[in-house]
Amino acid sequence: MDFKNYYAVLGVNRTATHDEVKRAYRKLARKYHPDVSKEADAETRFKEVAEAHEVLIDPEKRAAYDEMGQRRERGQPFEPGGFEFSGRGGEAMGDGDARFSDFFESLFGRGGGERQRHPSAGRMPTQGEDHHAKVVIDLLDAYLGAQRSINLRVPLVDAQGHTTLQERRLDVSIPKGVREGQHLRLAGQGAAAHGAGQPGDLYLEIKFRPHPQYRLDGRDVHVHLPVTPWEAALGAEVPLPTPQGVVQLTVPPDSSQGRKLRLKGRGLPGKDPGDLYAVLNIVLPPSTAEGAKAAYQAMALAFQAFDPRTAATTSSEA
Amino acid sequence: MVEPLREVVEALIVEEHVVFTLPDLCRACGADAAQLQALVSEGLLHPAGNTPSGWRFSGHSLARARTALRLNRELDIELAAVALVMDLLDEIEVLRDRLAHELPGG
Repeated sequence: MDFKNYYAVLGVNRTATHDEVKRAYRKLARKYHPDVSKEADAETRFKEVAEAHEVLIDPEKRAAYDEMGQRRERGQPFEPGGFEFSGRGGEAMGDGDARFSDFFESLFGRGGGERQRHPSAGRMPTQGEDHHAKVVIDLLDAYLGAQRSINLRVPLVDAQGHTTLQERRLDVSIPKGVREGQHLRLAGQGAAAHGAGQPGDLYLEIKFRPHPQYRLDGRDVHVHLPVTPWEAALGAEVPLPTPQGVVQLTVPPDSSQGRKLRLKGRGLPGKDPGDLYAVLNIVLPPSTAEGAKAAYQAMALAFQAFDPRTAATTSSEA
Repeated sequence: MVEPLREVVEALIVEEHVVFTLPDLCRACGADAAQLQALVSEGLLHPAGNTPSGWRFSGHSLARARTALRLNRELDIELAAVALVMDLLDEIEVLRDRLAHELPGG
């Protein structure tokens, strides 16, 4: 297990005062909080920062941590555990996916900094807690609905109070039309009840795996449609593969590169279905193909007056 | 060979099909009633109904309440400021969206 340098995580000295620790934490928390940060690794960084703060802001934990650091510097065995704390609950951190590191838990135990749920005024004392997790699904599963197995890691506390993560496999029927950022509720799949009560529910936050062909924009879906220059110029009926099967699409004459053709209601399904946009991509046959050079030269002769530079300038000056 | 039967769990889309009472939402957020009442009085949540016991929260309230509670707790900012931050985050999202649509190839 790696020793974590909490001072380095917060960027403060070993001698930093309580206020300095607090200031450093606040600044980094604003920078990396996953709800406000656009940094790629915001969630991981925020967890590190929160864990370092949890230890360094609490005099008892900080003293224990410092003592262990000194022992380690003197070359004595790295020997976590065995500290006893006054039991003041740490700040709540959120959900199962926001647990502190093994290093932290070996030092302070899971109770040492674990989110203590607020005693809930409005609920039955015997009812199990609701759990939350994030899952990544395929866009096509949301399009068509699907049964999928998902794997969750569930923290499990044994009789000695140790926490281990248990793999849990769940077969879920993914409802058609679910969108990114929405939540699924799986009734009764949360924490077991205390005693005779009902188990809690499980909430899954949905993310989509990026798809090689379909690009998502809210409920609308974009797909590239390669066409030949003559199809774009003269108009054509071309087949377009969509998540719901192949459709015949009419490309209007004089379509330019990047033109979007809308198929109403063929985006993500649902109460208010999205649209599917086919984005035209005009593909030139290579000039090395047989007869290609002659064909392009014939075009050049036929369109001597056509200058796309001047045409583009006048049309974009609007 | 017969594969062992596995139970398939049905799932509801919270944002479309779920309405929460106050105790429901408390449980789903791991919060107590006083905390959620504070979010309502700050204008962060807009339940239908007049009294806390009659309140009905839309499915969107779940994500909103959890975000508000996280910001409140983890950034240590009071609820009035949380409300402002969330309004600004919503606005940033609208602007990002518009930007994505106006950029060529978007």
